Amino acid sequence: MRGFGKYAIWVYSAIALTFLMIPIVYTIVFSFNDSRRTNIVWRGFTLDNWLNVCEAQGVCQAFANSILIGVVATILATTLGTMIAIALVRYRFRFRSATTLLLFLPMATPEVVLGAGLAAQFLQAGVPKGIGTIILAHTMFCISFVVVTVRARVASLDPALEEAGRDLYGSPRAVFWRITFPLLLPGIIAAALLSFALSFDDFIITNFNRGADVTFPSYVYTAAARGIPAEANVIASGVFLLAIVLVVVSQVSAAARRRRLAKAS
Amino acid sequence: MAFGAFATATTAAEPAARRKSPIALLLLLPGLFYLGLFFLVPLLSLVITSLQEPDPLIFGQYQNAFRWENYVTVLEQYWPQAVRSFGFAAVATLCALLIGFPLAYFIGITLRRWPLLQALALVLVIAPFFISFLLRTIAWKQIFSDEGPVVGFLQSLAILPPGVAITGSAFAVIFGLTYNFIPFMTLPIYTSLERLDLRYVEAGGDLYASPRSTFFRVTLPLAAPGIMSGTLLTFIPAAGDYINASREFLGSTDTAMIGNVIEANFLVLQNFPAAAALSLVLMAAILVLVSVYVKRSGTEDLL
Repeated sequence: MRGFGKYAIWVYSAIALTFLMIPIVYTIVFSFNDSRRTNIVWRGFTLDNWLNVCEAQGVCQAFANSILIGVVATILATTLGTMIAIALVRYRFRFRSATTLLLFLPMATPEVVLGAGLAAQFLQAGVPKGIGTIILAHTMFCISFVVVTVRARVASLDPALEEAGRDLYGSPRAVFWRITFPLLLPGIIAAALLSFALSFDDFIITNFNRGADVTFPSYVYTAAARGIPAEANVIASGVFLLAIVLVVVSQVSAAARRRRLAKAS
Repeated sequence: MAFGAFATATTAAEPAARRKSPIALLLLLPGLFYLGLFFLVPLLSLVITSLQEPDPLIFGQYQNAFRWENYVTVLEQYWPQAVRSFGFAAVATLCALLIGFPLAYFIGITLRRWPLLQALALVLVIAPFFISFLLRTIAWKQIFSDEGPVVGFLQSLAILPPGVAITGSAFAVIFGLTYNFIPFMTLPIYTSLERLDLRYVEAGGDLYASPRSTFFRVTLPLAAPGIMSGTLLTFIPAAGDYINASREFLGSTDTAMIGNVIEANFLVLQNFPAAAALSLVLMAAILVLVSVYVKRSGTEDLL
């Protein structure tokens, strides 16, 4: 029974992981499809889609909008969220439980409610919807995720390191920028990457607040009715491959660092 | 990794001494003000909008009022979609748990001896996050389409009678939801299992517990925070999702969920009060379910 169980979990997990990969592989394969108008049936291999990505109308504009929105929302959310995370771990203040509730609720609210709420607000305030309102919306839902990510890093920080800095007559500012901030940086970078990924792939909240502006996911959604061009697959595949390379490189370098540290100690 | 968002802090040790300083306010206020303005005020806007009545003079405009009947109207009209949303989300959450738990156990415990394989498996679980969620769903639609490989195969085995489509069915929508949320279920469970001290499990064996009772009385309780976070991270977005159930993706008009109705009322029919009332109904229902579910932990632990 035990031996069988051990074998079974390998098979089960291999199937589950393969299952997770199926649509990814499908999307990448169909980015090479020699499709004319609709990219549904396999018509043969071509590199044309990759070489002329912007051929499909609007797809590159949508991609550029998504990048712009993602970058601005990430900067805003990472800054605001990191500040909150530091305050939560390091300081005592009143309304702590109200604060954590306010940070928790956006993560526990379905996106369709967040999207409709912001859209109702912009409607009542007479704010025209567009890239600006999308950025405002994305920043909002990214903040909580930044707080969660950075907070863990702040909590794991050894206070002795900062004390050492103060003992050596470092000014509070110098201690923060030369000790605290560099130590927090990996957490802040992780939070920023997460924010960007959340923003880049968000569809539901965006759809309620985009007006006439198009992001990459909203482009795909609109195109779904008449057939998604292979160029959209090219962009998604490109982003995917880039992200995977980044993740693998960071994993490998983290493993190498661990090994170095293990050797040194 | 923050995808374990809800699970991370449960065991994170907090430094004992928290100082009291005005700096705290400077750090907190900008972000909290932002959330107030773009999270709380929008909820208030939803409340106001949900009670509006049609403007008697201008067609398609609404004016502020206290029309509580809006709630009755939308519930009467859309209760099947609301019930379906929670049903689909519950089934998808269960399926994701059945797939995600063994997978998380495999990565977090079985693969401990092979760190490289473990890292690779983890990358595979996260990989779906890096490719457009809409394109992944479209991929399933095309795989399940009438000309696709699955329908042909099932028909050749006479499991699926000719003329019956998979896309547009409740099965397809639940399948899509399950697929989309497996990583959200797997990662938090992995986070709690990865930290699990195997000596506890050994102790169970040393005390003559069968592997089965060790699993149910040691491993499972230690994985509970992860299971809870994973369930929430799956159930909440699944209940509000409208991509999988949408006609252009895996659903049909017969599978419409509450998200589809909210979207249609807000963006197509421009019946803002109905959309707002439905949004608040959805949010209230989820908050009630979630607070019953997390009764024993509390938000400080969850965050």
